[in-house]
Amino acid sequence: MELVFVIEKFVLIVIIFVITLVIAMYSTLAERKIAGFMQDRPGPDRAGPFGILQPLCDGGKFFFKEEIIPAGAHKSLFVMGPALAIITACITSAVIPWGQTLTIGDYAIELQVADVNIGILYIFGVIALGVYGIMLGGWASNNKFSLMGAIRAASQSISYEISMGLSIIALLMVTQTLSMKEIVAQQEGFVNWHIWTQPLGFLIFIICSFAETNRVPFDLPECETELIGGYHTEYSSMKLGLFMFSEYINMFVSSAVMASLYFGGYNFPFMYDMGLSENWITIIGVIVFFIKIFAFIFFFMWIRWTLPRFRYDQLMNLGWKMLIPLAIANIVLTGVFTILKDTLF
Amino acid sequence: MQSLSNRKKVLPQVPMTFWERIYIPAILKGMAITLRHFFKKKTTIKYPEEKRPYSKNFRGMHSLKRDEEGRERCTACGLCALSCPAEAITMIAAERQKGEEHLYREEKYAAVYEINMLRCIFCGLCEEACPKEAIYLDGPHVPADYLRKDFIYGKDKLVEQPFINLEELPVK
Repeated sequence: MELVFVIEKFVLIVIIFVITLVIAMYSTLAERKIAGFMQDRPGPDRAGPFGILQPLCDGGKFFFKEEIIPAGAHKSLFVMGPALAIITACITSAVIPWGQTLTIGDYAIELQVADVNIGILYIFGVIALGVYGIMLGGWASNNKFSLMGAIRAASQSISYEISMGLSIIALLMVTQTLSMKEIVAQQEGFVNWHIWTQPLGFLIFIICSFAETNRVPFDLPECETELIGGYHTEYSSMKLGLFMFSEYINMFVSSAVMASLYFGGYNFPFMYDMGLSENWITIIGVIVFFIKIFAFIFFFMWIRWTLPRFRYDQLMNLGWKMLIPLAIANIVLTGVFTILKDTLF
Repeated sequence: MQSLSNRKKVLPQVPMTFWERIYIPAILKGMAITLRHFFKKKTTIKYPEEKRPYSKNFRGMHSLKRDEEGRERCTACGLCALSCPAEAITMIAAERQKGEEHLYREEKYAAVYEINMLRCIFCGLCEEACPKEAIYLDGPHVPADYLRKDFIYGKDKLVEQPFINLEELPVK
């Protein structure tokens, strides 16, 4: 039994890992396609039909590029930067419930790698670690632009983690649990989705996740116009590729987190009213969950090709003077409403 | 200072309203615009498969013309080379032999005719200088290449393809 359990989890981890990498790979193509479409051009369409081989070509190119480590760089930390970035990006997905239970014969498979009872805290911890890859990489490059990028990444991440945490506290007051699995299970059907009870919290959370994943309009750590490439100025070859990859994986994972915290994860409307068997509900649930994730990824890209980058002082003003007071107000409002609901109904 | 044109207009500096300051309506407006463009028809012309039509007076690659019987019109007089401001044209003349009357119209023809496409400025003066109406810049773009030597176009690339089968022509 123990061995079967280990094998089951191992297979699940491998599948999720592969899916994550493939989605991250094709996010690069999707990004370029969407950029093209929004600028009235077709985007990359030469490699294969509709350019579907483009990510493979890009990956191959990254592998064969010359690897340059600057003479003044701190070698071991320089190598560790991208490694840390991609590892932290990949392990975040461990606590996300991808679906309900899949029953094969007598054996029930949980479509979640680890049901940690502090799932949300785990995600926060790992996301907070993610900035270390950027900081180490930027510092070890021995380049002032990289260092500036790293400093910006650190300060941005600290500022926005506070309001992200505060917006989550309001959500936790509604859910009464930290386990991802239970939070998603609570949002059965359509009306129970937490977006209906926490719209303000969701707004704060999505803004903060843009900042945490260093996406436009919060991509100050990269900031081509001011800092050349920001923290990855000195990186070349697959190390640069890993940094970019980790950005896309982060985007995928935060889309998954948003979908499961606020948009009901694998739940879909009328899921128990259509007379489907348990396994079918699970499978459709997984597909629905991925559709939600893709919608969020599209939203990330849509925003990227709509908004310009914030100035640094605007970023700080937004973080400290707008989002944190709003998040605190949201907590107070949630508390008042919860008490009112308990006393009146 | 006095305004000379009287068109100067002082715009009042109004502080932003609440809805303008929270910035979200503006973001939604921008997103609506980008989404509209997302579904718009793309203006790109996919070049190697589709080509934009050239204008009537476009001057492209040269072609050496043939006459109605498929004979080369060029008589190697050298006026094109002389008129060329970029000195892109060179040629070696040769005398037409017996039995070659179906190939060359005049008694003298160009055995070698070369245009350096890197020197050529596509001014069309060779076209104007030609007394035999033998050269026209009516082709497409000169394609890209890797080596300088490959841009020197000889008769193999310049002479128009015969539109009459030479085998069927009666030998005069």
